[in-house]
Amino acid sequence: MGDQTDILLIEDDHSIAEAVRFILTREGWQVAVIRDGGEAVDSIRAQRPRLVVLDLMLPNRSGSEILADLRALPDPLLARTAVLLLTAHGDAVGTAAACGADAGLAKPFANDELRALVGRLMH
Amino acid sequence: MRQGPGRAFIAAMTKRSPTHVLTGTRIRERRLALARKQADVAQAAGISAAYLNLIEHNRRPVGDALVARLAVALEVPAAELESGREEARLAALREAVAALDGRLGTGLPELEQTAEFAARFPGWADALVAAAAQNRALSLRLVSLSERMTQDPYLLATLHEVLSAVTALRSTAAILAEGDEGLTPAWRERFFANLDHDSQRLSTTAQALVAYLDSFEADSTFLTPQDEVEAWMTAGSPPLDQATDLASDAARDLARAHLERMAAERAALPDADLARAASGAPDPLAVAQMLGRPLDLVMRRLAALRPRGYEGAGLLVCDGAGVMVLRRAAQGFALPRQGDACALWPLFRALINPQAAIRLRVEMPGGARFDTFSFATRIQPAGLDGPVLSAAQMLILPAGPDPAHDAVLRVGPSCRICPRDGCPARREPSILAPA
Repeated sequence: MGDQTDILLIEDDHSIAEAVRFILTREGWQVAVIRDGGEAVDSIRAQRPRLVVLDLMLPNRSGSEILADLRALPDPLLARTAVLLLTAHGDAVGTAAACGADAGLAKPFANDELRALVGRLMH
Repeated sequence: MRQGPGRAFIAAMTKRSPTHVLTGTRIRERRLALARKQADVAQAAGISAAYLNLIEHNRRPVGDALVARLAVALEVPAAELESGREEARLAALREAVAALDGRLGTGLPELEQTAEFAARFPGWADALVAAAAQNRALSLRLVSLSERMTQDPYLLATLHEVLSAVTALRSTAAILAEGDEGLTPAWRERFFANLDHDSQRLSTTAQALVAYLDSFEADSTFLTPQDEVEAWMTAGSPPLDQATDLASDAARDLARAHLERMAAERAALPDADLARAASGAPDPLAVAQMLGRPLDLVMRRLAALRPRGYEGAGLLVCDGAGVMVLRRAAQGFALPRQGDACALWPLFRALINPQAAIRLRVEMPGGARFDTFSFATRIQPAGLDGPVLSAAQMLILPAGPDPAHDAVLRVGPSCRICPRDGCPARREPSILAPA
């Protein structure tokens, strides 16, 4: 595997970002991390990941705003990038669907849940 | 399902009783309490015993002069016999029973004897009215606490912080427990450091959360009149006779004064004029200049009318002591609890620079931006020898894409939930990690 980013993790919490990055990297995926919601769409455009793992509450631009921007991109391939939404809302699936994400995962989550969902979305 | 007393019952309860019924009953009760004969009292009051009998059985009206003479004869203040006092008590009793609509089951009060009950047992009637008022205040308190649980920005931010710390701890601990695969000494060291950091974060945040929840108990007094008025305004300022948020007389007085002020300001600056000027002027100061009206009036009217270009506008007004006297939330601009405002808000800058309009774009820690227009006035309503009173107001609008306003003032909601590190205006520590 080269430098191509498989997964872009957008998460402002330092400890969660390190743990998620480690878990997914250990599964063999190339993971890049950014912490600022304001940089999200530019980073997606530049790195073209296969999956975006997106926190809902972010500084400067919320996860739902980022999703709206992403889905409105003129490049149809980029606009359809798979997105896993991480949220503190109890109804993660409903929140994800409402925001236009492909799947949702409620915090706190088990590492196995994360691995399984990411595996399904990367398949 | 148990059936309530229904509309007919409530209509009967809210029907105004004839005044003479109440007064006659009170006269009879007082006379019997003194064990005096009708003839004696009638003679002392200058009327016939037969006429007094009709009065006591509520078959004749009683004028003020006759009430005064009967009061002397019965050795009580006239007010004790007058209808107004009893009417107020009866109105309160009707309100108390009407508030129980649907919860009385089959044990309906004896409506036809309400006046007699109030006259015979004024102490019990007052106790019932006081209990109903307390019940209403407690219900309002319950609504307030429920809203706080779901909308309070401090509580939401704290719970989010707790969840973030728990998520980090759970994932990190599981990584360490899952085995050594891929776990280099450097990673292991980082994860142990993260565990230490996050356990401290969780501890601090949980303590803050408990302290905050404790404050609910300490803060369990009834709502202030200002709180009630804010709740009423949030509900869309319904007519006062339908305003369930206004429990106290003080709140009703405040709401009434607010409505009168709004009506006067609307008359001074009609909707059509304001909407026309707002669509043709770039900012509130230009609107004020175009209309030849004071800027503070224009700002209040813009927040009330919310014409095109001012959708989602909010308004904060504070007095010279910095206490918020009016808070209308702007779309997306979370208002903290009363007394917890960020000292950096331009509102307070205006307070020390009266008569100067201040336009500033502000940014909240989450990145949301708002355009604010602040303006303060000073008046001497009691004349040259009276005190100088200051007031400031800040109009808040969701920031538009305006490149002329790249400079932003970084503010917060309130210190406790503001993560800005090194803020010179901080007055208490934040429970959140630094931004």
